[in-house]
Amino acid sequence: MERESMEFDVVIVGAGPAGLSAACKLMQLAEEKNQELMVCVIEKGSEVGAHILSGAVLEPTAMNELFPDWKDKGAPIKTQVKGDDVYYLTGEEKGIKTPNFLIPKPMHNEGNYIVSMANVCRWLAEQAESMGVEIFPGFTASEVLFNDDGSVKGILTGDMGVAEDGSEKDGYMPGMELLAKQTIFAEGCRGHLGKQLMDTFNLRDNVDPQHYGLGIKEIWAIDPEKHQEGLVVHTAGWPLDNHTEGGGFLYHMENNQVALGFIIALNYTNPHLSPFDEMQRWKLNPKIAQFLEGGERVAYGARAVNKGGMQSVPKLSFPGGLLVGCDAGFLNGAKIKGNHTAMKTGMLAAEAIIESILAGDVSSKELSLLDEKYKASWVFDELHKTRNFGPALHKFGTLIGGSFAWLDQNIFAGKLPFTWHNTTPDHETLKPAAQCEAPVYPKPDGKLTFDKLSSVFLSSTNHEEDQPCHLKLADPLIPINQNLPLYDEPAQRYCPAGVYEVVADENGKDQFQINGQNCVHCKTCDIKDPAQNITWVTPEGGGGPNYSNM
Amino acid sequence: MKILVGVKRVVDYNVRIQVKADGSGVATDGVKMSMNPFDEIAVEEALRIKEAGKADEVIAVTIGPKVCQEQLRTALAMGADRAIHVETDDEIQPLTGARILKALADKEEPKIVLLGKQAIDDDNNQTAQMLGGLSHWPQATFASEVVIEGDTALVTREIDSGLETLSVDLPAVISVDLRLNEPRYVKLPNIMKAKRKPIETLTLADLNVEVAPSVTVLKTSAPAKREAGIKVESVEELVIILKEKGLIE
Ligand SMILES: Cc1cc2nc3c(=O)[nH]c(=O)nc-3n(C[C@H](O)[C@H](O)[C@H](O)COP(=O)(O)OP(=O)(O)OC[C@H]3O[C@@H](n4cnc5c(N)ncnc54)[C@H](O)[C@@H]3O)c2cc1C
Ligand code: SF4
Repeated sequence: MERESMEFDVVIVGAGPAGLSAACKLMQLAEEKNQELMVCVIEKGSEVGAHILSGAVLEPTAMNELFPDWKDKGAPIKTQVKGDDVYYLTGEEKGIKTPNFLIPKPMHNEGNYIVSMANVCRWLAEQAESMGVEIFPGFTASEVLFNDDGSVKGILTGDMGVAEDGSEKDGYMPGMELLAKQTIFAEGCRGHLGKQLMDTFNLRDNVDPQHYGLGIKEIWAIDPEKHQEGLVVHTAGWPLDNHTEGGGFLYHMENNQVALGFIIALNYTNPHLSPFDEMQRWKLNPKIAQFLEGGERVAYGARAVNKGGMQSVPKLSFPGGLLVGCDAGFLNGAKIKGNHTAMKTGMLAAEAIIESILAGDVSSKELSLLDEKYKASWVFDELHKTRNFGPALHKFGTLIGGSFAWLDQNIFAGKLPFTWHNTTPDHETLKPAAQCEAPVYPKPDGKLTFDKLSSVFLSSTNHEEDQPCHLKLADPLIPINQNLPLYDEPAQRYCPAGVYEVVADENGKDQFQINGQNCVHCKTCDIKDPAQNITWVTPEGGGGPNYSNM
Repeated sequence: MKILVGVKRVVDYNVRIQVKADGSGVATDGVKMSMNPFDEIAVEEALRIKEAGKADEVIAVTIGPKVCQEQLRTALAMGADRAIHVETDDEIQPLTGARILKALADKEEPKIVLLGKQAIDDDNNQTAQMLGGLSHWPQATFASEVVIEGDTALVTREIDSGLETLSVDLPAVISVDLRLNEPRYVKLPNIMKAKRKPIETLTLADLNVEVAPSVTVLKTSAPAKREAGIKVESVEELVIILKEKGLIE
């Protein structure tokens, strides 16, 4: 089929912190070097920020470098961290405050800001547009386009107006080819094109598998009496056992609101575990409940994070394109912070492109300059220092591993002369359901805890109903024939949006049902399915959550 | 022939509305805003009339603060030829809106003013009717089909008893209903082109209109939460419960 196409110098996939920082830096450098540059950013959310979900405590390092005058320019980065409490929760009723000196250094937050990353991205998008970047929200990058020599030549935007059965509806609009000399992939954690590119170009050779966590987040409007703007609270321990990694956060933002959430490592072993229900019951602990009682939940969402750290960072360059931000996996797992590293690696990609342009044509070239720049940057230093943090928790559990992390970070400053590896991918960690005990989760009380459906409602998620399902099963029989008997089909529980259900048909036979419209694009199913049978692909552009201040 | 289309910026229909804690209105900070869906249908209809060769120019109009230009850009990307932004930070109630549109209609002399039947933020459903009254033009509201024949428009409306078709002389005001059409997807190159199309900015003073709110909003509150329901096993049980609650005799 003949498709329309448009040509740019650089096409960026994803308007998150990584993609937008790349766009801004490209324009700044182009102006500095007197280069004409056509840059576009393509974003699957209905607007910039609609699919951005982060904590977020922002380390302003990269922002200081990108816009030293961000304060004067009115960036929505206002709430300085004023207090930093860490609790070790020992049960539903109890928790102890961890003295400051016992907290591993990377978890300290002086000088950081509590922000809504969605709003920071909206602001970054304004800056980029004012410098001439074309930003196209509501359009997906559905496929990578290749030249005959195998190099990347751009992306294809998703078709619009395709019916569930694949036929063209009235108003059908075929996708367009966006061609570029270099394409920057900044899709965030488990990008679906990034995943293909790592395969196609063997970018993961000689690195550890990526490790992931699922973060589930809510925003609450709370009683002003209980609100302490700038207070950051983290918890470890309950409701997770010593073999399941994860923890909670609660950040007091502006306007009497708090952002709170729970991140669970996706290498958990008990297939009965439900991240959603763990998060809900975590709120019952008085250390958290004290802030929420009398308040109202106003938003809900979920997103995977990658936490493999340095050992899991792939090669970043390949002919015609670059990987940046969480699409590559730069989140610092010890801090659970990836915004500053996402921004910085986006900026490094911009530098690599402009410097290479000045030296000659960059079309379909492999800019390994980015890999060099990364290794010479503070992002690498940071990930190198914390490289044993995650594996220590894997190896020894959260208590002893946590103590190691403290020694490693506070005494040896990450300089111990060895590197631990964790080579089991997260989809291989589940034990058979029959060998595991099913946790008993409390019923939602409608005050602090809620069910999945009323939660998804608060993510303002919407997908055009009549379209092909964007969650593809390689083998449609696996969920019922294999996953159900072995693992009690864990998709029913790990999906934080209730997309997957096992229901009985008229004859009482089990059926696997996919409610794709509810999907909040967290990517957990693509990561955790034990058979690696589910592939998340882009739905029609603009579909998915409509997060406001996440 | 010109068509003037009204475009209003509202909280996107997918967003779960949050009422501000002090009851002074609805929270809009960081919330996704879009073109009122009925207005999108109006823009689409205007474009279809033009594409059918029955009009030469489609002009999109919005009233509101600077940010409303985003919605004008959407109208331009859909295919409107030019746009007018009546810039004001004041709250614009239907009567003021109608006066502004009347002033613009006097200036631009369109043959049709196409409006959404209502905006989904305040559900007023008044502006088109008031504009018809102020300008002494015929009005056809809730259009589910529009056919232009020379100097008249045949407008089909869905009413309780079925379909009603009106013939109105142009110039006329037409307000559109949900089933009139499916607005088109916007193409990427058109989004880029839309950035370069002209937007004319006017003030209320330019149009000689004063803001005169005639309605005061006393309080905004969220709908009462629904209590959890119960499941009944049979019709008999339902009847018994309804009787117990005194809801039927
Ligand atoms: C619960 C939680 C709490 C966190 N807390 C913190 C914190 O406190 N501090 C911190 O620094 N970090 C935190 N992080 C991590 C941080 O959010 C990420 O590291 C960061 O968002 C990564 O940025 P990115 O630009 O690489 O990707 P993303 O922010 O994921 O952005 C990617 C963008 O690309 C778009 N996109 C993806 N694929 C396509 C496609 N094919 N076509 C078009 N568009 C596409 C997406 O819609 C999205 O807008 C947290 C993460 C979570 C989940
Ligand atoms: S279907 Fe997959 S990507 Fe979508 S919400 Fe569920 S787990 Fe996340």
